[in-house]
Amino acid sequence: MKTNRKTIPMPMRYLINTVLIVLFILASTLFVNSDAVSGYFTKILMVIGINIILAVSLNIATGYLGQLPLGHAGFMAVGAYTGGIFLKAVDAAKATGGTYYLYVAAALVLSGIVAGIFGILIGVPALRLKGDYLAIITLGFGEIIRVVLTNIDSVLGFDLTYGASGLKRIPKITTFFNVLLCVVLSCVVIHMVMKSRHGRAILSIRENEIAAESCGIRTTYYKVMAFTMSAFFAGVAGCLYAGYLGSLQPSSFGFMKSIEILVMVVLGGMGSMLGSILSATVLTALPEALRAFSDYRMVVYSLVLVLMMIFKPTGLLGQYDFSLSRILEKLMNPKKSAGKKEGASHE
Amino acid sequence: MKKFVSVALAATMALSLVACGGSASSAASSAANSTASSAASTASGEGGTIKVGVLANTSGDYAIYGNAVKNGVMLYINEINGKGGINGKQIEVFDYDDKGDPTEAVTAFNRLVDDGVTAVIGSVLTGATIAVADESYAIGMPQITASATAAGVTVLDPEDPESEVRTNVFRSCFIDPFQGEKMAEYASQELGAKTAAVIFETGNDYSEGLKNAFVDKCKELGIEVVSEEAYTKGDVDFKAQMTTITSKNPDVVFCPNYYQDDGNIVKQARAAGYTGTFMGGDGWGGVAGYASAEELEGSVYCSGYAAGTDDVKTFETAYKDAYGEDVPNMFAPLGYDAAMLMCNALSAADDQGLETGSDDYKAAVIDAMKSTDGLKGVTGTYKFDQYNNPIKSAAIMKLEGGKEVFSEMF
Repeated sequence: MKTNRKTIPMPMRYLINTVLIVLFILASTLFVNSDAVSGYFTKILMVIGINIILAVSLNIATGYLGQLPLGHAGFMAVGAYTGGIFLKAVDAAKATGGTYYLYVAAALVLSGIVAGIFGILIGVPALRLKGDYLAIITLGFGEIIRVVLTNIDSVLGFDLTYGASGLKRIPKITTFFNVLLCVVLSCVVIHMVMKSRHGRAILSIRENEIAAESCGIRTTYYKVMAFTMSAFFAGVAGCLYAGYLGSLQPSSFGFMKSIEILVMVVLGGMGSMLGSILSATVLTALPEALRAFSDYRMVVYSLVLVLMMIFKPTGLLGQYDFSLSRILEKLMNPKKSAGKKEGASHE
Repeated sequence: MKKFVSVALAATMALSLVACGGSASSAASSAANSTASSAASTASGEGGTIKVGVLANTSGDYAIYGNAVKNGVMLYINEINGKGGINGKQIEVFDYDDKGDPTEAVTAFNRLVDDGVTAVIGSVLTGATIAVADESYAIGMPQITASATAAGVTVLDPEDPESEVRTNVFRSCFIDPFQGEKMAEYASQELGAKTAAVIFETGNDYSEGLKNAFVDKCKELGIEVVSEEAYTKGDVDFKAQMTTITSKNPDVVFCPNYYQDDGNIVKQARAAGYTGTFMGGDGWGGVAGYASAEELEGSVYCSGYAAGTDDVKTFETAYKDAYGEDVPNMFAPLGYDAAMLMCNALSAADDQGLETGSDDYKAAVIDAMKSTDGLKGVTGTYKFDQYNNPIKSAAIMKLEGGKEVFSEMF
């Protein structure tokens, strides 16, 4: 480390980032609420937002922890149904003013927590396994969640998930603003956790589990923690999805949905949050942008995946993560090559 | 080299994103201008168009249904346009694929709204259609589906008899409970059945909907349901269920599933020694290829469409001329009828001289649709009940000598 290198002090970094994030939220909300943006475009932005949360949350387990869970749609389903059932139970559509926002916030948090609990339940036994074994066992759990959602009503004889016909008439609480807020919050929280001591412990497990364990890191604890966090945000995304669509069917949360999310993470670069955000955006927008080519659009989608994996197997951004402070510091220290420094900024 | 390619690839993806943003915003501006432009086109008289959206799952699972519906719809619209359109206005179709996925269906529907359509025909699968119906009900967009049979499409809460009806959503097909009830009545009146068994797919909305209606109606009519067997999606071995059913020897077995499973079930039931009659819903269409003629002999199912009868000859010829293949299933004629109902309502609304695409126009279309009475389509004569479901009789199809033959209207 060079001593004469100019750096930005920590409080300043937080300040810059907070201001930028607030500005970003304000600007995009104003932009979307203005007449220039149509309902269609807003809807797509909302789907993109939901997919971003799903991708960054899976990125915790896949990119940072280095495992390969294939049951992410299961957690999303848990969150979606929790949120949906809660919103219906309190009749959020009829609530007004502060109560309404309270219900929405409660639904989001509750969905996350319930999904997180499922994350612990599944994580404790599943994370004893590694690699493809873990992939298969999480795949199994994902399917179990879907099958339970389909059959629980007819087996236990009550009306909760409404089985195959689906949960309908969920109050549509999802707006562009709360999707945006959830996206920003998830990214910030995940980023901050990953830059903390706990985050480094998680990263160390990815790099070398045996070495990490020999250094005294409680690997099981951190694995379950990362997995639970991943499930929590998937649950929040699920709740937004429920509030976006207004009706849920267990069949939407099948194995293919998990794969779809995994593709976003792998394509963006495992371990890169910016990569997950970018690829979730592109992979959601691409099929819509290619509507004009009708049936060929699915070919293009597949082709992008194949070419990507051939020419850049590490994904779009590899493990690179965007850091505003790093760029600023680079500009402040023009002639010297900037040392590797962990930046604190992220949007 | 690798680096270059990856950069290029990343650039392409970024560009595609920009393209999306661009197209969407241009769509937005066109939506904003649509009132002006449509006003201009009405002024120019003959040159005006009526924009109609079509949503169908032309790719993905069950694309066979989506394609059939779309073909049927396009067949009718092309005929109308060939005859000079509605009051001299051509119908301009915007069709989007929703892959049967509710999320895609909702975005596609919003895109149609941006395109400035006056009415929407679709979607095809129940889940996607309900998601779209939620959206269309909120903005009062006339919508008709050719194939979504669940009661919850036109009614907000099917379990509540006092429930609000989605006044803007119609359908040209039967609803699930209707078929189950019809078949129970048929079993009682025509086959004189005293005992019945059912085998259905758990977790399948359609299958369970028909089964529940059938069982309830049986109780009402005094038919004893001796056995209710279930299987799950993807099963091919039904021997256990068939042995149970055979041991109870019911007069009829109601089998409200899709044709492939139905064929297997009948085959294995005959192998287990069951000799009674099989009954099914419209999912049976095309069953003949999945079990032998002897095994299927005498089975009956109800269908929305009586293939091969005189009434539908013109339609079948027209379809063959247009697409070079026989009518694949009942979804093509139902799509044709859906388009006919919609165009009929559009023309009634257009006669009032309202501005195309305006809210008044849409309301007029919905009113005209609701008051449809006695419009003769390919699959029957149309009139809507209080829940916007068509009132028409079902065609009973019978398996004779390995062929699906129209037996009677019931």
